[in-house]
Amino acid sequence: MKYFFGIITLCVLAACTPAKNKGTFVFCAEGSPSIFNPQLATDGATFNASSQPIYNRLIAFKPGTTEVKPSLAESWDISDDGLEYSFYLRRGVKFHQTKDFTPSREFNADDVLFTFNRQRDEAHPYHLVSGGTYEYFKSMEMDKIIKDIIKVDNYTVKFILSRKEAPFIANLAMDFASILSKEYADQLEASGSKDKIDNEPIGTGPFVFKRYIKDTLVRYESHKNYFEGPSKIKKLVFAITPDANVRFQKLKTGECHFVGQTSPTDLEGMRAHKKIKLLQRPGMNVGYLAFNTQKIPFKKLLVRRAIYHALNRKSYIEAIYLGYASVAESPLPPVIWGYHSGLRKYEYNIKKAKALLKKAGYPKGFETTLWTLPITRPYNPNGKKMGELMQSDLARVGIKVNLVTYDWPTYLAKINKGEHDLVQLGWTGDNGDPDNFLGVLLSCAAVEPGSNAARWCNNKFSALIIKAKQVSNVGQRSKIYKELQVIFKRELPWVPIAHSITFKAMRSNVYGYIQSPLGTENFYPIEFK
Amino acid sequence: MFKIVAQRILIAIPTLIGVSILAFSLIRLVPGDPILLLLGERGVSKEMYIDIQQKLGLDKPVIEQYFYFLSNAAKGDFGVSIVSKKPVFDEFISRFPATVELGFLAMFWSIIIGIPLGVVAAIKRKTFFDYFLMSGALVGYSMPIFWWGLMLILVFSVGLGWTPVSGRISPFFDVDPVTGFMLIDSLKSPEGWGAFVSSLKHLILPSVVLGTIPMAAIARMTRSGLLEVLKKDYIRTAKAKGLSFYTIVIKHAFRNALIPVVTVIGLMFGTILTGAILTETIFAWPGIGRWIVASVTSRDYPVIQGGVMLIAFVVIFVNMIVDLLYVWIDPKLRDS
Amino acid sequence: MTQYKEFLKKLKRNTGAKISLALLGVLCFFALFAPFIAPFDPTQIFDGQLKLPPFWLDGGEFKFLLGTDDLGRDQLSRLIYGARVSLGVGALVVILALSVGLVLGVISGYAGGWVDSLIMRIVDVLMSMPSILLAIVIVSILGPSLINGVIAVSVMALPAFIRIVRASVMAEKHALYVVAGQNFGASHLRQVFINILPNVAAPIIVQATLGFSDGILNIAALGFLGLGAQAPTSEWGTMLADARSYIETAPWLVTMPGVCILIAVLTFNILGDGLRDILDPKLR
Repeated sequence: MKYFFGIITLCVLAACTPAKNKGTFVFCAEGSPSIFNPQLATDGATFNASSQPIYNRLIAFKPGTTEVKPSLAESWDISDDGLEYSFYLRRGVKFHQTKDFTPSREFNADDVLFTFNRQRDEAHPYHLVSGGTYEYFKSMEMDKIIKDIIKVDNYTVKFILSRKEAPFIANLAMDFASILSKEYADQLEASGSKDKIDNEPIGTGPFVFKRYIKDTLVRYESHKNYFEGPSKIKKLVFAITPDANVRFQKLKTGECHFVGQTSPTDLEGMRAHKKIKLLQRPGMNVGYLAFNTQKIPFKKLLVRRAIYHALNRKSYIEAIYLGYASVAESPLPPVIWGYHSGLRKYEYNIKKAKALLKKAGYPKGFETTLWTLPITRPYNPNGKKMGELMQSDLARVGIKVNLVTYDWPTYLAKINKGEHDLVQLGWTGDNGDPDNFLGVLLSCAAVEPGSNAARWCNNKFSALIIKAKQVSNVGQRSKIYKELQVIFKRELPWVPIAHSITFKAMRSNVYGYIQSPLGTENFYPIEFK
Repeated sequence: MFKIVAQRILIAIPTLIGVSILAFSLIRLVPGDPILLLLGERGVSKEMYIDIQQKLGLDKPVIEQYFYFLSNAAKGDFGVSIVSKKPVFDEFISRFPATVELGFLAMFWSIIIGIPLGVVAAIKRKTFFDYFLMSGALVGYSMPIFWWGLMLILVFSVGLGWTPVSGRISPFFDVDPVTGFMLIDSLKSPEGWGAFVSSLKHLILPSVVLGTIPMAAIARMTRSGLLEVLKKDYIRTAKAKGLSFYTIVIKHAFRNALIPVVTVIGLMFGTILTGAILTETIFAWPGIGRWIVASVTSRDYPVIQGGVMLIAFVVIFVNMIVDLLYVWIDPKLRDS
Repeated sequence: MTQYKEFLKKLKRNTGAKISLALLGVLCFFALFAPFIAPFDPTQIFDGQLKLPPFWLDGGEFKFLLGTDDLGRDQLSRLIYGARVSLGVGALVVILALSVGLVLGVISGYAGGWVDSLIMRIVDVLMSMPSILLAIVIVSILGPSLINGVIAVSVMALPAFIRIVRASVMAEKHALYVVAGQNFGASHLRQVFINILPNVAAPIIVQATLGFSDGILNIAALGFLGLGAQAPTSEWGTMLADARSYIETAPWLVTMPGVCILIAVLTFNILGDGLRDILDPKLR
């Protein structure tokens, strides 16, 4: 009786469902973009909403791989000493036209210089706009690697490096290297609204930015003059839906066409649903538990080994990933070249763990904190739950664990300062190079910037990391990376937990999508059938 | 009447000051550097640090800091969100209509359903119908609405597919946010009627959930108010005159019974705002409530500080209006 | 004593109050003797026994009467321990809010003047914030935990107690017997505790009962928002939030904690209604 009126209204409304808008593709995005310029961000939500639809880079990854292919640069030469890279730019590439900006020229070398100089030159008029922290650019050490960029002519740009860098070309295909329009920047500078460049973006990419309603929607329209031809879908919408379960429900009701981050708990239901299809591939990722090796008691290798033995990682794969992952033994996922498959294993063994703790001088265990991942990531779908399992595992060997967590930016900031004891983290590769894992996450150079959460600095390990980047032969590099993994397994700065399988769910009438091994989504090739 | 209005405004002033003191102290009570709390711990340059230090006047005595804060707030400057880097006031304004729309509809349901139910229960006093309705109202009044919302989603959205799962309108409709009220904006959009229906469909479930507790409270209050009035002398007189029972109820009793109901409705605005925090979280409704909860989890202190103050202002304002309405309805109160 | 007998007599006639007292008895029994009643430790994880349904559904086991949660913990045990948390929180909230509310309310009502104005302005400030928002603000200062949640919920409950105590004290202050006491030179303390408070007990008891239900509901709401009890505490609101993503695959995990919250809140609301009828028919 209470909702009688409501129910009647419901029935009336249900009967007149509006005709669906053909040609509009809705993506249930998991997070809000922080800004519409990938140079200023490090998170996937921003990359999906900016670098992928709006921009292009000099180099692109071939769809579905981590191999590089030409994009805004048609071809390139590398000098014999490996220090000079010349890029020959594509002609006839048009920037977006919007109600506020009409490009008068096509893409050229000035845009490339603008893009990189904004990030590397502190005196650049745009350097400080929107906060001016170019984290990705800096964490890849691009500010140190690039010595100079020279405009040879309108369609030739030369990068001069300060040292040899084997992954340099792949780096230029990464999101932070997206090319912005200098003409648009000049126009904004003249009208005194520089920050619009990062919020009302102009690029060369397949979709033109139309509107952003905060935490709700991002709208795009097809770029009719896109240099690879206009997209088949006419409109692109990001419906921001942070809850994984709600994303699935919306996919079922047809409120969206595509879900990029699926929760393992929904997979069964997705597979069973007639109007949903599911793609999967082993993820280029690793979830891990890092020890703060600068702190007592984790300074002691014996304690680290004891914890390694005490964690029943197989049960995490079952409970947290629902089986859609494999137990990790290496920091490197098996899908990357250089993976060492014959590493020493440390099996789940409480007795051994207790004995090791005793030997380390902690027969009764100790009390510590464990930081649980505050967000959902493919490499760890539920940090809090995994924390509870770890808590119960460690209690069995006498280690009392208090679970702690913060919001994501604070979490990272505190890790950078080294305030943690045990911490859950993970990594998804973003250029397919083993250095992107081993160098970024475990070298001495990464302790200060904070991406080495174990704060573990092994001189031999770091020397080999540098050596591996200066060799260009893949076979030789691969050998060095295998040696590095052996050192890792001897010293145990982390407990690697899992390499997960990544899933993409979409309505069954969606075709053309190619699943990338990298974390980001590209909707350009999609069409409805 | 003018005197009364002026009086109510004067009463509100100390409350406003109290709220501002509370919001002001908030940032200073949280352990840690208040500047870092306001800027976030990541990507803070020295210039930004010094800039905010000067703006807050943190090197000055606390009293002076407070007046800085107050004068900024008076100018509409409530700081800048760490997460979105946009002024807190602008964010508030852009989300407020969504909450108003939801709350308004919830209030609408609860009044047009709650009052008749209460009247019927009072007339049919001590019958099965009365017990049934009042037990229902008691359950509704005790309802953990965050759970209730999940159950309704499970049945009506996921199970039957009648209503959408979350959001304000189907993403297929491109609606220009002119007023911020989706029901109005959708009618102005090119798709017009279809968009309006879509936005109404999105509103139904959350507004029903949000309206549950007020509806139960209003039904209970209407019933007991009416019973109270029916005992009064003038009703007995009317009965003695031989007027029909329904004439008595509708013409005489109901009007007088309405006064306490209006009070309850006024009080329910607070309940609705509280409920909105939970309802918006469940239905991913982009209003004030979800904004505040999200800013607590992301430790976006400027938003918490400014948001709390702005919401309190709204509540104080609404209470003032309700107070005045009350005086207007019940002339007896005018002189006191 | 006759008062007491009369109370019992009225209680026996009030069906609602009787039902709620029975329910309350059951809840208290669960809460007090949780370690003896619960089949398992609520934090014990059974490897591989994930999300088992209750025993009467397909795949359920008698070992886990109400099934297991997503980590393989016994749902029944967690719900029973949840009663302990909820009732404990309710009691703490009422004790905290009542004692502070009593002191401030009595001071405000008895002293009057600027003290009264000051306290009432503070109450106005607290009431100008939607209650959950106030709790959220407090938790954002103190950090999320069960204890901080209790503090927050107590502050939320405070204004109602202060107002009721103040109003009652003010009403009684000018009653003949109090004025008489004053003339005989009774001290302020004596006036308040011997002459006034016992006579205003009825509305305060009713408010305390309702404070229980608000406390339970609000701590659950905070838990649901992730701002209350933290893992591995088994608290109903937190359990509900944790189970939210299984609403389709394991709906019982969402249904049961919600039903528990509803029953607990309902119990105290019926009791409050009943007590109001019995103690003070005027308040109806």
